[in-house]
Amino acid sequence: MAISEGRSGRGALLPLRMSQLAGSRGGSLAIFVGKRILWMVPIVFFVILITFVLMHLAPGSPWDRTGGRQLSQAVMNNLNIKYGLDKPETEQFKLYLWNVIHFDFGLSYQYEGKSVVTLIGGGWPYTATIGFLAFLLIVPVGISLGVVAALRQNTRVDYITMGFATFAASFPNFVIGALMVVVFSVVLYKATDGNFFLPSADFGLDSHLIMPVITLSLLPIAYTARLTRASTLDTIRQDFVRTAWAKGLPERLVVIRHILKNSLIPVVTTLGPTFAFLVTGSVIVETVFNIPGIGRAFVVAVSSRDYPMILGTTVLFSVIIAVANLVVDVAYVFIDPRVRLT
Amino acid sequence: MAVPAVAVEQLVEWEVAETQIGLWTDAWQRFRRNRLAVAGAALVLILVLIAFLCPLLVQLGILQNPVKQNVQYIEAAPGQAGFLLGSDELGRDTLSRLLFGSRISLSVGILVQGIILPIGLAIGLAAGYFGGRIDNLLMRFTDIWYAFPDLLFVLVVVSVFKPNLLTIFGAIALVNWVGLARLVRGQVLSIKEKEFIEAARSSGSPPLKLIIKHLLPNSLGPIIVTLTFGIPQAIFLEAVLSFLGVGIQPPTPTWGQMVFDGYEAVYANPTSVVFPALAIGFTLLAFSFIGDGLRDALDPRMRR
Repeated sequence: MAISEGRSGRGALLPLRMSQLAGSRGGSLAIFVGKRILWMVPIVFFVILITFVLMHLAPGSPWDRTGGRQLSQAVMNNLNIKYGLDKPETEQFKLYLWNVIHFDFGLSYQYEGKSVVTLIGGGWPYTATIGFLAFLLIVPVGISLGVVAALRQNTRVDYITMGFATFAASFPNFVIGALMVVVFSVVLYKATDGNFFLPSADFGLDSHLIMPVITLSLLPIAYTARLTRASTLDTIRQDFVRTAWAKGLPERLVVIRHILKNSLIPVVTTLGPTFAFLVTGSVIVETVFNIPGIGRAFVVAVSSRDYPMILGTTVLFSVIIAVANLVVDVAYVFIDPRVRLT
Repeated sequence: MAVPAVAVEQLVEWEVAETQIGLWTDAWQRFRRNRLAVAGAALVLILVLIAFLCPLLVQLGILQNPVKQNVQYIEAAPGQAGFLLGSDELGRDTLSRLLFGSRISLSVGILVQGIILPIGLAIGLAAGYFGGRIDNLLMRFTDIWYAFPDLLFVLVVVSVFKPNLLTIFGAIALVNWVGLARLVRGQVLSIKEKEFIEAARSSGSPPLKLIIKHLLPNSLGPIIVTLTFGIPQAIFLEAVLSFLGVGIQPPTPTWGQMVFDGYEAVYANPTSVVFPALAIGFTLLAFSFIGDGLRDALDPRMRR
C-alpha cells in the first residue's frame, strides 16, 4: 500500500546497521541473529500493550448495542465476569500475557464459545494460499520488469514499465480490486453473455483466486520493479560490467553472471516490506473479494469490537512481519558478504 | 589578440554571479520543467477549488444536494433524469457526492501533515541534535512504533473510539509521524557536522537559535518532500477506512464509502464504482507526481 518510498519500510524491525565489526564473522553472526530474535520480544510486547491500552481506553463496553437491543446491566455484568473484564486492568493484562505465552488468545466475543485460535486457524488456509500465490507472482514479475526497464533505460519499454509501476503504486488496492470486478466480472460477463468472466461472488479456491492474487500483488510488483531498476542501473555503470562487455562476453552472460547477480542483492531487502504489504493487503483484498480469511475476520472483529479477536490478529500479523524481516535481514548477511553486522 | 588569462577568469566569474539564483527560484524552475508534476499540481488545484466551491454551487442550484434522496430515481444510469454521473442506491446525485467527497479527502490529506509536522520535527530534532541517550531512547521508541502495521493500528483506533474526523485524523497522524522523525534525525545528524554549524556554535549561538536558523532551513527540502508524499498516504488510509465501513459515517459523502456503496450494487450499476474509484486513484497519482517533482526540484541528492 505504499504510495511512495517513504512508507514502504513500515513494519520493518530495524534497519541493518552496517558499522564496524569486531571479532570473527561467524561468532558475530550468531550474536546478530540472537540480538534480532531478542529484539522481537519487546516489539510484540509493545504491540500487545498499545492495542490493549487502546481498547481499555475506549468509552463504553464491548457489549454496547445500538438500537433497541441494549443488554441489561445484569447480563453485561455476567458477560464481564465470564470474559474476565471485571478484574482490574493490570490484572487482565498480566493474565493476557501469560495466556499468550501459552498460545491461548482467549474466547471471541462475537462467536459464542469459539476461541480466537480456532477462528484464526479457520481463516488461515485462505490467507496463506492467496499470500503465497501472490508472493510467487511478485518476485519473478517484479524483478524481470525492473531488469528489463533498466537494460532498456529511456526507451519505450522503460517508460511503459515505469508508468505501469507508478500507476500500480498510486492506485489503492481496494480501488484496483473493485475496478477489476467491474471489468472482468460485470462488463465481460454482460459482453460475452455469461460465457467468459472472472468470478467474484461465492468465494472458492479456484478461478476465484485470480483477481485477489493480482490485486494483492500489483503494489509489491511495482515496488520491486522500481527498486530492481534502480539497483540494476547502478550495476551496469560499474567497472566490472564494462570489463565484461570489453572482453567480448555475449549479452546473455553479461546480464546473468555480472549484472543480475550483483543488482539482485539489494532487492532481497524488499522482501521484508513485501511481507508487510501482503499481510495488511490481505485485510483489504479479503474484504473486496469476500474471502473468509484472517484479514476479513480482523475487519469483522474491528466493526463488532471483538477485542480478543482484534488483539489476537494484531499480534499474529505483527509477529509474521517481524519474523519475515528477521529472515530477510539474516538472509541478506549470507547473500552479501560485504554487509557488516552490529 | 589573445585575451589575458586573468581577464577571462574575471569574465567567467561575472557570468556565474549574474546567473546565480536562489534555492526557491531554482526549485521552481526545475519543478516547472517536470510536466507530470505540473499536471498533478493543476489537478490538485482544481480539486481544491471544487472543494471550496461546491457548497456555493449547491446554493446556486447548479449542483444537487449530495445528501438529498430522490427515491423515484434509484441507481439512475449516467445522464438519466438529469443525473450527469447517475445516482446511487438512495437516489443521491453521484456527481454532487463525488465533488463533495473531495472535501474529506483533501482535508485529511493536508491537515494530517499539520499534525505530523510538529511531532516528527520535535522527536527528530531532539534525537539528532542531542544524540546519546536521548537519541537511543527516541529511536528505539520509533522502531517499535514502526513495527506496528499502520492499517491495523488505524483500524484498531477507530474501532475503539467513535470514527469521526478527529479520531481519524489523529489515528492516521499517529502512524505516519515516524517516517518524518527518522528523516529529520538523519538530516540533523549530517548537517550537524558541517563547518558552518561549527562556526555558528563557536561564535556562541544558543542551541535553539542553531536549530531554528541553521538546522531547520537546511533540511527543509526533504521535509517538504516527505510531507507531500504523506498526503496520498493519509488520503489512502481514510479511503480504506471508509471502504471498510469504519471511516467517516454516512451521510457525509466520502470517496471510499462511495466505492463501497457502488460495489454493493456493482452488477446493477457498475459506473457507481468507477467514478469514485478513479477519483481516488487520480488524486493519489497527482499527489505522487507532485512529490516526485518536488523531490527532483528541492533535493537533488535524493534524485533517482
